[in-house]
Amino acid sequence: MEKNRTIHKTQVLIIGGGATGAGIARDLSLRGVECILAERRDFNSGASGANHGLLHSGARYVRNDPQAARECRDESRLLKKLAPQCIENTGGLFVAVEGDDENFVADFPHLCTRCTIAVEELDIDEARELEPALSDKLIAAFRVDDAAVDPFRLSLENIAQAVELGCSLQLYSQVVGFTRRNRRIQAVRLLNTKTGRETTVEANFVVNATGAWAAEVAALAGARIDLLYSKGSLLITDKRISYRVLNRLRHSSDADILVPGGTVSILGTTSIRMDCLDDIRPTIGEIDYLIDTAAAMVPALKTVRYIRAYAGVRPLLDSKSLDDGRALSRGFAVLDHAAEGLENFASIVGGKLTTYRKMAEQTSDLVCRRLGIHAACRTRTQPLPARQDCRWTVAGLAPRLWLEQRQNDDLLLCECEMVPTSAVDVIVDSLRGQKAEPDLYAIGRRSRIGKGTCQGAFCGIRVTGYMYDRGNLTADQGLKDLRAFLTARWRGMRPMLWGAAVIQEELQEALHCGLFGLEL
Amino acid sequence: MSVIRPLKCDLTVIGTGMAGMAATLFAAHRGLNVVQVGRSGEVIFASGLLDLLGVHPVAAKKMWHNPWAGMRALVRDCPRHPYARVQTNDIKVGLKEFLAFLDGAGLAYHRHVGRNVEILTSMGTAKLTHGVPETMWPGVEALKEKKSCLLIEFRGLKGFSARQIAQVQKDRWPDLRTARIDFPEMEGFSEVYTERMARALESSRYRRKLAVAVKAHLSGAKTVGLPAVMGISNSRQVASDLAERIGADLFEIPGMPPSVPGLRLKEAFERGLPLLGVTLFSQKQVFDVSHKKGRGFVLGIGRAEVEQTIQSKGVVLASGRFIGGGLYADRDRIRETLFNLPINQPADRHDWHRKGFLDSRGHPINSTGLEVDDLFRPLGKKNRPVFEALFAAGSILAHQDWIRMKCGSGLAIATAFAAVDAFLKTGG
Ligand SMILES: Cc1cc2nc3c(=O)[nH]c(=O)nc-3n(C[C@H](O)[C@H](O)[C@H](O)COP(=O)(O)OP(=O)(O)OC[C@H]3O[C@@H](n4cnc5c(N)ncnc54)[C@H](O)[C@@H]3O)c2cc1C
Ligand SMILES: Cc1cc2nc3c(=O)[nH]c(=O)nc-3n(C[C@H](O)[C@H](O)[C@H](O)COP(=O)(O)OP(=O)(O)OC[C@H]3O[C@@H](n4cnc5c(N)ncnc54)[C@H](O)[C@@H]3O)c2cc1C
Repeated sequence: MEKNRTIHKTQVLIIGGGATGAGIARDLSLRGVECILAERRDFNSGASGANHGLLHSGARYVRNDPQAARECRDESRLLKKLAPQCIENTGGLFVAVEGDDENFVADFPHLCTRCTIAVEELDIDEARELEPALSDKLIAAFRVDDAAVDPFRLSLENIAQAVELGCSLQLYSQVVGFTRRNRRIQAVRLLNTKTGRETTVEANFVVNATGAWAAEVAALAGARIDLLYSKGSLLITDKRISYRVLNRLRHSSDADILVPGGTVSILGTTSIRMDCLDDIRPTIGEIDYLIDTAAAMVPALKTVRYIRAYAGVRPLLDSKSLDDGRALSRGFAVLDHAAEGLENFASIVGGKLTTYRKMAEQTSDLVCRRLGIHAACRTRTQPLPARQDCRWTVAGLAPRLWLEQRQNDDLLLCECEMVPTSAVDVIVDSLRGQKAEPDLYAIGRRSRIGKGTCQGAFCGIRVTGYMYDRGNLTADQGLKDLRAFLTARWRGMRPMLWGAAVIQEELQEALHCGLFGLEL
Repeated sequence: MSVIRPLKCDLTVIGTGMAGMAATLFAAHRGLNVVQVGRSGEVIFASGLLDLLGVHPVAAKKMWHNPWAGMRALVRDCPRHPYARVQTNDIKVGLKEFLAFLDGAGLAYHRHVGRNVEILTSMGTAKLTHGVPETMWPGVEALKEKKSCLLIEFRGLKGFSARQIAQVQKDRWPDLRTARIDFPEMEGFSEVYTERMARALESSRYRRKLAVAVKAHLSGAKTVGLPAVMGISNSRQVASDLAERIGADLFEIPGMPPSVPGLRLKEAFERGLPLLGVTLFSQKQVFDVSHKKGRGFVLGIGRAEVEQTIQSKGVVLASGRFIGGGLYADRDRIRETLFNLPINQPADRHDWHRKGFLDSRGHPINSTGLEVDDLFRPLGKKNRPVFEALFAAGSILAHQDWIRMKCGSGLAIATAFAAVDAFLKTGG
């Protein structure tokens, strides 16, 4: 073992840079608690970067999980007020088509009312006028308060405020081990997954917010969480199909939801039991099944162009973890590992993006209780500051800004999504400010670069050239970054390659391999 | 729809890519009455380089500095590769004929007959290729001898960074310097485009001003590299005039589309082929084809719908792959778009692409395509030619991966030569 390993000391170490970890970092920082946020890849590399982006009104859960429904109802209202920049308040519809269970349809409004969730029945013609993409086999339609949320902007802005308040962000830092002494975690070992260097963090309290990986991380500390894994795959269309969120009104099933976001729509999802988290990808079988099934609600989904697919994993708490009454809600649970002999360690598992703030609040409450800190949660009342450097992930925002405020020497590096050089500059500065490396992958995650129809084939080259011009790259680092970026984009392109996408792919390969020889 | 009488010809070439152009040229040279039809949108993607064979086996990344030796190994290892059906001598003759035509059309190419050369790309990588446009050729020497060199980039030109090239080559080629300049009379433009610059440089006023701007940064450099913008229809004169004014060897660096060298090829063919008596429909496509024994093919062509018909004894199908439109991928299978010819392909979409984009074995979809006999006739049921006088050439053929093998233009020219030859041999 290395002797002179760097040691960081802090009050709280938060493991996991998804929405929950980001939310905890902000919550604790606002309470004046010093913390480190450690994420093994980039932010939102787990479910927070691979979900539907639906800010649930709660209507979806009224039948099976009224408590989760009420949580969603309250939290979505709160977020619309406190983080409006991350939300597109589209409203939503629940619709049934011929063949769907009519008893289920008939119960729906009463179940909503029981949870005090706003619902309004529409007549069929009205619904089809609002959303012309809906099938002509519609038999019922209800209006609810669903909305679309940009999970990337949400996490970025939570992290940005936390960092501004003193939180230290450590990306590409994977927790690989714990040192325990006397019922406490004395030190946590972090491995930098880019450089291979190890560092140590000594924290008074450690929070495990690693989503689907929570059981793996807890096991490293000798604690036990029983999780089941369910993979969900989603598809992105190259155009926006509907104005509102469209939900199929039937027993929770696959391919039931179409969520618009800016200039695209996202179709999902599947639900497939997984035993292992190693290679989470959408499969071709899932994709074909999603398209064929969803076409019953929106027929155009059979013929539209898709540009990408991705998959995330939902961690489901096995009831064994819950039966001792530690669960605070059926949606999520803050697990205090004191009972297992670890006094300064807690895990937060389950839940939804929609309830991330509440999950962060309850976790932070536990942390503060344990540390004897008396500071009230402020995220319930304080707006999430909207930031210039975090807004480039929002689909459709860049073209608007470009038309409104274009500067003369600002070049569009990404022509599909209209991302200018000035946006790249802002993102690079912001990454530097957070002591993170401004490589192509990181820029892509913080913007729409690589997310349009070219999926990075052209903008990847342009951004690389621009980064060299700005002196941000030396030697052949830019080519390495470009290869890594194209490889990451490929994961989501590969299963969607037919029709126009195959043409795009052939062009990309002709350029990157045929001419530039990047594969050699 | 008008009812003009069909245009009669010996041979119709479908496609205006490299293979279609080559087939038309060879057929016209052999005295055939040729009609060529195609939408020529794709050439703006062509780099202008003529690859013959660079890599084989692809998975082993073995590079061949002698393309002919590479071809021998390829034919031995992959007897179904289209190169295996063409005599090496025919490839040599065809290539020579093709280059002579381009030279006559004002678009000269240089090469070393027996070997490949290395050329710098705008990515900063060095690419192995065979035929190089005259305007890029001094770069081959410069790279080989690591001459003291100035790389020019233009403000407002996206996707071309001289600094990137210099950084990537830093260890191999220390004597590379860079300068960023404004393109003359485009100083205030936020964005500049290669085609506009190329057209501008056809006038001496721009060349004079550009030479002044470049000279200011020269400080003794022997060679100057710049994006491919030295004129379109008269690149030879533009390049030599600029080189003289600057007082250094000049070379263009191939890069991302839209590509000026691709436009030059298009213009050279569109100028030169009609002079050989070819009837060229360069913005039209074939919508339908029928065939009658004894009368040959009847093809309906037009822009958006059938405007005219052609009656033709034979057809060379050089409609390309997915970019060109010769192949189309439905969700469950790949099909040929005009004759619905059988396509050799994996049973399942799962097997079209590999898990990694840069997987060194290449993607199986890129080797799908038409199965042909030794006369380049697409095969149907029972491995028999679908039509006696239908021939295929270029990237639509199966059992080749031109992108990874770096054999695109060579394959196009060689198979076009063989297809035309086969048409003549079979009584065309
Ligand atoms: C397919 C799908 C669709 C969904 N749709 C919606 C929706 O529409 N609306 C909604 O509200 N919710 C939705 N959800 C739920 C929502 O996405 C999640 O509840 C939420 O994103 C969980 O966030 P998290 O931060 O807890 O976990 P994650 O986002 O998974 O974050 C965990 C992080 O921990 C990191 N990590 C793992 N191991 C280590 C380690 N050893 N060291 C350091 N870091 C580590 C991971 O890289 C990851 O970034 C969906 C979920 C899925 C899977
Ligand atoms: C609300 C929302 C809207 C979206 N809109 C669009 C859109 O309009 N256009 C678009 O193109 N995309 C869009 N996306 C999808 C986005 O581009 C990504 O596809 C998505 O975030 C899922 O990530 P990914 O796995 O596809 O690829 P990336 O985001 O590039 O991430 C790569 C993945 O690989 C994993 N990984 C990295 N290194 C390794 C390793 N060594 N071993 C194993 N795994 C590794 C990472 O954890 C990550 O999950 C959207 C996503 C969301 C949630």
